[in-house]
Amino acid sequence: MYQIRKIKRQALILTLFVVFMISMSYAAVPLYKLFCQVTGYGGTPMIGSNNFYSVSVGSIDVRFDSSLEKNAPLYFEPVSKTINVKIGENSLAFYKAKNKTNKEITTMSVFNVTPLQAGKYFNKIECFCFEEQKLSPNEEVEMPVSFFIDPEIKNDKFINEISEITLSYTMFIREEK
Amino acid sequence: MSDHAPSFFKRYFFSTNHKDIGVLYLYFAVIAGLIGGIFSLLIRMELAEPGMQILGDDYQQYNVWITSHGLLMIFFMIMPAMVGGFGNYFVPLLIGAPDMAFPRMNNLSFWLLVPSIILLVGSGFVDGGAGPGWTLYAPLSTSGHGGPAVDMVILSMHLAGASSILGAINFITTIFNMRAPGMTLHKMPLFVWSILITAFLLLLSLPVLAGAITMMLTDRNFGTAFFNPEAGGDPVLFQHLFWFFGHPEVYILILPGFGIVSHVVSTFSKKPIFGYLGMAYAMAAIGVVGFVVWAHHMYTTGLDVDTRAYFLAATMVIAVPTGIKIFSWIATMWGGSIEFKTPMLFAIAMIFLFTLGGVTGVVLANTGIDVALHDTYYVVAHFHYVMSMGALFSIYSGFYYWFSKMSGVEYSEILGKIHFWLTFIGVNITFFPMHFSGLAGMPRRIPDYPDAFAGWNYVSSIGAYISVFAAFFFVALVLEAFFRKRKAQNNPWGKGATTFEWKLSSPPPFHSFNDLPKVK
Ligand code: HEM
Ligand SMILES: [Cu+2]
Repeated sequence: MYQIRKIKRQALILTLFVVFMISMSYAAVPLYKLFCQVTGYGGTPMIGSNNFYSVSVGSIDVRFDSSLEKNAPLYFEPVSKTINVKIGENSLAFYKAKNKTNKEITTMSVFNVTPLQAGKYFNKIECFCFEEQKLSPNEEVEMPVSFFIDPEIKNDKFINEISEITLSYTMFIREEK
Repeated sequence: MSDHAPSFFKRYFFSTNHKDIGVLYLYFAVIAGLIGGIFSLLIRMELAEPGMQILGDDYQQYNVWITSHGLLMIFFMIMPAMVGGFGNYFVPLLIGAPDMAFPRMNNLSFWLLVPSIILLVGSGFVDGGAGPGWTLYAPLSTSGHGGPAVDMVILSMHLAGASSILGAINFITTIFNMRAPGMTLHKMPLFVWSILITAFLLLLSLPVLAGAITMMLTDRNFGTAFFNPEAGGDPVLFQHLFWFFGHPEVYILILPGFGIVSHVVSTFSKKPIFGYLGMAYAMAAIGVVGFVVWAHHMYTTGLDVDTRAYFLAATMVIAVPTGIKIFSWIATMWGGSIEFKTPMLFAIAMIFLFTLGGVTGVVLANTGIDVALHDTYYVVAHFHYVMSMGALFSIYSGFYYWFSKMSGVEYSEILGKIHFWLTFIGVNITFFPMHFSGLAGMPRRIPDYPDAFAGWNYVSSIGAYISVFAAFFFVALVLEAFFRKRKAQNNPWGKGATTFEWKLSSPPPFHSFNDLPKVK
């Protein structure tokens, strides 16, 4: 009486649609990362390999912040809390980390910039956070981050007047042995 | 057995009959609702006064209660009652079809729910239980809870999701292909429209939840790092995926209720529904816009100001089709000869209280206000007005409306009215004061609180006791009806009831529509 084949075909299409939506949820993972990296959205700093700028359009304070995974047996602090940098010029800063245990600890640090809109003008050239850091038992290290601030920031009407940017790291333990 | 109805065991356990499966879903929803109600009773007993009342120092147990309460009510009470129960029973009757398109798949949909609820309730007894809340946020649900409890909840959600997806495919194919001759889409009763749109929402949103919780499962057990920041993941991504499912989900919970209320209001006003097409397309609009507003649950996660402005505006837009529905119901009642039977009381109360919840929703849609009110009891008040009153009242309304049709016996009108007033008073005393607690800054999801919040919390707890009593009163009312066996008429509601189901006997024969009905 009813067109059984038509009903079955529709059910098949709907099932394929479900499979498609599941794949979309997985596709969202790389897309989401890509989106943040390309746009500097949500304070994701840009990773720039080269600084093409030489003109200076003033200076800005960069504050450094650090935090640790809950109960991690580590010391992790910036060497200086604030430095004043010329916009468009390469700068270098250091963080100090110490392993307070007798085990070897592999750490990974994640980063963020506030105000969030400054993310896309904050370019990192080299950073300890680009890869995992191994700390031998009781080892203490100084870890560099080199960066520059894109002079374009002065043309962004939302944040061209800020005088301070905060770079923040959280250090996590990846492995302990 | 002129009906060819099989034996009891075969009839219910291997059932492929849409009416029997619908009835099973309704029983299931009542049981899950009572278990969920007990959890809410425990929660309110703990919160009745500052300090710890019944939990001692076991804070985790409180998290387990709220998690179980939320998931039970959403996935095992509201959804099975509205979609599985009323949907299965009445969609085929309302469109003049002999059954659903895939009757055996329908049986599978129901029976998947049973292991699912066992996993969920069981997780509470394993290894401290699962306490990340119904939203299952990472990192608490990934690195915060070891042990198998959260894994059990994830599997439970997989099963419940699979059940709903199969059900959704079944509804869509049934509604598209099996309507009686002459029943065009634009003549379909509004309840069928509401189920059709709900089925599409389920189909689009549930797979995303399935994906997200599968990522969570592999994060927990197989070393992937979708939501682990130290390995390049992001816990906020979970929130995006969850709410991409979660906001459409809240409309899944209310749209079938909109459908039911439309039938009830029209029947008891003895007028056709005002603005039928507008009602149907308003639901479709709510469904579509519902997919692009998810981040109003995430205003405090660090979205930038332009993004928040967009989500603010998009969220407000939803209030427009919602308003169209409210005004159309009022216009239907306007000038009608209204009969205040129990279903109508629940429907009118639903319209009134759902609107109140909608208003607080619009308040919360304002980013600036939400930054202050997010995760306070104001949000709890909001969503209980739209769900505990909006969705639950429409279920009750539908239940009283269709009870005699499904069972063949009549409920006692006076007990029905008592049940209505008990529920109405109970839930309002419970949830209205939560607006005040929330505005005063009381955070949600805590078992203990400062003395400053004592007063209104005490009131809320009293209201909860009344509401839970009302729920058990409801069970007694149903038992009374079955016990007394007052024979039901085919159409107890008179000339206002015009849809197909009222032309059949009460209960309808095991095989309805051996002759297809015709639409004039
Ligand atoms: C006019 C329509 C609505 C608007 C504008 C609206 C707006 C909002 C907003 C902005 C929030 C986030 C509050 C926060 O967490 O800070 C929220 C939460 C919520 N809403 Fe609505 N809402 C509406 C209708 C509904 C409906 C119809 C339902 C369900 C039937 C619902 C269920 C919920 C739930 C469950 C939450 C809390 C989720 C959680 O955090 O656990 N809302 N709503
Ligand atoms: Cu929402």
